[in-house]
Amino acid sequence: MLTCKDFLKELSDYLDEALDPAIRGKLEEHIAECPNCWVITDTTRKTVQIYKGMDPYPIPPDVEARLMAALEKKMAAKQK
Amino acid sequence: MPVSSLTATDEALLVAQAREGDAKAFSELVRRYEGKIFRLAQHVTQNREDAEDVLQETFMKAYEHLDQFQGNSKFYTWIVRIAVNQALMKLRRRKTDKSVSLDETIDTGEDTVVREIAAWDEDPEARYSREELGQILGSAIESLEPPYRSVFVLRDIDELSTEETADALGLSVPAVKSRLLRARLQLRDKLTRYFKRKGDDAFAYL
Repeated sequence: MLTCKDFLKELSDYLDEALDPAIRGKLEEHIAECPNCWVITDTTRKTVQIYKGMDPYPIPPDVEARLMAALEKKMAAKQK
Repeated sequence: MPVSSLTATDEALLVAQAREGDAKAFSELVRRYEGKIFRLAQHVTQNREDAEDVLQETFMKAYEHLDQFQGNSKFYTWIVRIAVNQALMKLRRRKTDKSVSLDETIDTGEDTVVREIAAWDEDPEARYSREELGQILGSAIESLEPPYRSVFVLRDIDELSTEETADALGLSVPAVKSRLLRARLQLRDKLTRYFKRKGDDAFAYL
């Protein structure tokens, strides 16, 4: 019988669908009987989804301008 | 041809052109990844000024050492490795009394990070504006220890594979996995405060 601790150890791989079907089956049996682990699984899955859905990170224009200026200087120096 | 392999070919071509000294090709590579590198640098250094230095140093070094890029990993994984090293050097310089490394032994022992168990709303983000949500998510990440933070950002935000993350950070695959698990659980714990279903009381667990 799987304990909650055993379950937690496998949680990441379970969410990433990176487990053998046999182990996966055992974890699913556990979730079906353990409300706490069900909640942890559901909320951890939502955590990962929320971060994946974060807006792409626009680089501030002034930061980009300084980067490009620095690189252009370097590239020009190399080509001389 | 699937889009991903088209992009990969395209990228290999850009790298090859950049190596030949094509400045436009290198600038195109920079434009592709500057946002991600800046975000990663901010997450690791937690300081905008340092992050900007890291961003510049990363692409400068990448340009200088382009001939050392083997092409058997993704270009992005390669520059992430440079960026992480630069960012850690910044951290070390800032905390001269304390060395910082992603390899430091971190406690993955028995203490549990699951403190709150409460069901969340079906659509937990809906309660907050985009700005509020950005702040909540950002400050939750900032509160993670650096070794967890870098792994989480690369795996779950940049969506690198476990192997690519291990490669970029110089960690073993099991180390990436155990840090990712801890990072996810810690974030889950922190976000529960904001996203739990109203009326549900959290209760102690384990």
